[in-house]
Amino acid sequence: MTLFQISEPGQAPEPHQQRLAVGIDLGTTNSLVATTRSGSVAVLTDVQGRALLPSIVRYLPGGRVEVGYAAQAHQAEDPRNTIASVKRFMGRGWKDLAHALGDLAHAAPYDLVDAPGMVQIRTCAGVKSPVEVSAEILKVLKARAEESLGGALVGAVITVPAYFDDAQRQATKDAARLAGLNVLRLLNEPTAAAIAYGLENSAEGTYAVFDLGGGTFDISVLRLSRGVFEVVATSGDAALGGDDWDQRVFCWIIEEAKLAPLAARDQRLLLVKAREAKEYLTGHAEARIDARLSSGEFVDLTLDTETFCRITQHLVQKTIGPARKALRDAGLTVDEVKGVVMVGGATRMPQIQRAAAEFFRRDPLNNLDPDKVVAIGAAMQANVLAGNKPQGEDWLLLDVIPLSLGIETMGGLAERIVPRNTTIPCAKAQEFTTFKDGQTGMSFHVVQGERELVADCRSLARFELKGIPPMVAGAARVRVTFQVDADGLLSVSARESVTGAEASISVKPSYGLADADIERMLRDSFDHAKEDVHARALNEHRVEAQRLIDATRAGLREDGNLLSPEEFSSIEEKTRALEKILDASDFRAIKLASDALNRATEEFAGRRMNASVRRALAGKSIVSLDA
Amino acid sequence: MKNHFELLGLAPAFALEPAQLDRAYRDIQSRIHPDRFAHAGESERRASMQWATQVNEAYRTLKSPVQRAKYLLALNGVDVAFETNTAMPPDFLVEQMELRENLESARDVDSLDLLKADLLNQKRTLEAKIAECIDGRHDYRSASDLVRKLMFLEKFGEDIGAAYEALDA
Repeated sequence: MTLFQISEPGQAPEPHQQRLAVGIDLGTTNSLVATTRSGSVAVLTDVQGRALLPSIVRYLPGGRVEVGYAAQAHQAEDPRNTIASVKRFMGRGWKDLAHALGDLAHAAPYDLVDAPGMVQIRTCAGVKSPVEVSAEILKVLKARAEESLGGALVGAVITVPAYFDDAQRQATKDAARLAGLNVLRLLNEPTAAAIAYGLENSAEGTYAVFDLGGGTFDISVLRLSRGVFEVVATSGDAALGGDDWDQRVFCWIIEEAKLAPLAARDQRLLLVKAREAKEYLTGHAEARIDARLSSGEFVDLTLDTETFCRITQHLVQKTIGPARKALRDAGLTVDEVKGVVMVGGATRMPQIQRAAAEFFRRDPLNNLDPDKVVAIGAAMQANVLAGNKPQGEDWLLLDVIPLSLGIETMGGLAERIVPRNTTIPCAKAQEFTTFKDGQTGMSFHVVQGERELVADCRSLARFELKGIPPMVAGAARVRVTFQVDADGLLSVSARESVTGAEASISVKPSYGLADADIERMLRDSFDHAKEDVHARALNEHRVEAQRLIDATRAGLREDGNLLSPEEFSSIEEKTRALEKILDASDFRAIKLASDALNRATEEFAGRRMNASVRRALAGKSIVSLDA
Repeated sequence: MKNHFELLGLAPAFALEPAQLDRAYRDIQSRIHPDRFAHAGESERRASMQWATQVNEAYRTLKSPVQRAKYLLALNGVDVAFETNTAMPPDFLVEQMELRENLESARDVDSLDLLKADLLNQKRTLEAKIAECIDGRHDYRSASDLVRKLMFLEKFGEDIGAAYEALDA
């Protein structure tokens, strides 16, 4: 990794100024945390030197929680309280699971609880949301990073499957918030891999990233050119991963051994055996599966490669459709793809390698550790986002929204407003009107997906615009605006143009967790921890305020000339006011002063962007004069 | 608010060098993209998102010949009314029907490739005419008719795409 060693003497922030930021790969099977230290990227290990943290959480009576290998060791004996592959439940309702996971949902040896929006899991420590379970994993990684780096983190880049929808992304961000992490960005996993691969190999041209993880499949097509990573198209299957291969083997075992319905712990035991057999078959012609069940029955089977390929062939085939769709959306043929980067542990399976090679008509690229490459790319991006790299040494990342966003219209049809593969951030507006005389309210149903019928799309939110003055049908003008931010998260607003009646929604509450839920979960978790809620809120507001002070001062230094002397001193004064209050123990006062400074700098921020664009254009015309 | 051309520092013309558009877009995005401001204060993060959103929209519009042409016509006050005005010259419609018949009888990749190559040529010719109309003669009325033809061809391109898809399935 020679390229990663380059440091920039005199340009990089001094070591003491280096802002500590990490990249976290929150995986279905394993999670990792990585960071940039003195110019090189490292995956951080636990005290035993292990990089991977199994994404398994075990709840014990009395509120104790085990995460990782400790939890894994008990999963067969305590299946109901030991949650594995929780990522498959993130942002998913009961109906979605039955739909997307099929028999897997029923085979999961947990006590799943149907809850509005997202399923929950009943454990001996109470009913837990998948967000809470994920937060436990993130907390361990955060602690690992802070211990290893010797300081508090300014933030983290957390990776998500590119094909995650809005609900799943929001759930991931909520988990981070619950774990006390400031999310610098949600980054798509294949994009993270492309950064790591592209920078290490100085790759130029069009590449496909084939990312088959434990529970999700992504395929992204990117254009890499000097300093720019541009996602052209992305596709995938948010419910296809290595787990499905385990599940197939598990079913095969049950059929072959003619087993009756199993107890939860036997289910888990055989799932573990199935996974071991799958992994063993990557390097061997056959795998022996033996287990002793709690019923006293013995299982002793041999699974050969041929049988394994036969029973999982339809799963392999499921990766090809999305690959084809991504290429088509990108307007490219297979021959125009320069390389196929393989990511995710499940791409170790020879049949996946063969399928990718056959489809793309070239040998896949396997020179990065498929388990680590995502975390490494995320760490590199975190370093850029934290502002640790001087301009010119960093890169530009242009990502897209994976699934179309739309609104329900008459007859249960989805009207597309933001098409898939639109570069983010983006905004689109559409006008709607009333269909009845005297109608004073309009309700909106926001959906995500490619299908024409609303019933086949994912429902994201419902909201209502009230206070439209009574008019004849078709006279009101209601403008609905979709804004997707750089994390791929949607907010929607609606405005009636005659009266200015307005309604807006950050799409969250209808499926995810309301702020109140998060507060409650935070309090719950503090009941069992030494930290207390107030101390944490105070600390978070201080960190945020300090960040704001630093950014404002830097802005005044660089572009102070864009302000009148009065404006300049007003901003300066509010900065000082915030600074003065920083040591106070009242986080509300800090928040008020921060809000005041934010408002005061709004206009300044706009002018700075404008000036920056003008400088970019000026620079370009000099270049074109030379040419 | 600046129009898309001003925003990207380009002359408002239909003829546009894609490389020049790409360069302008990237130069600007690399300065205002939200990734530049992830560690900045709230007002800067918001301003950056708004600007990046606009620049993305400008780029998306100017990159597509049809969208670029429609946008230019609108800038010049021509209401093209594409949705309601669907009357097309009869000979053009006959041509289009023939193309569609050819597409329906295409049974393999080779014949689809031929149709696609042919379509590309037609589009190029049409785009050259549009450039002449808009940039050269400022004849926006005639340009608007040509743009409607170009939209037909784009739609046909999508149909070819769907036919490739059907072959794969």
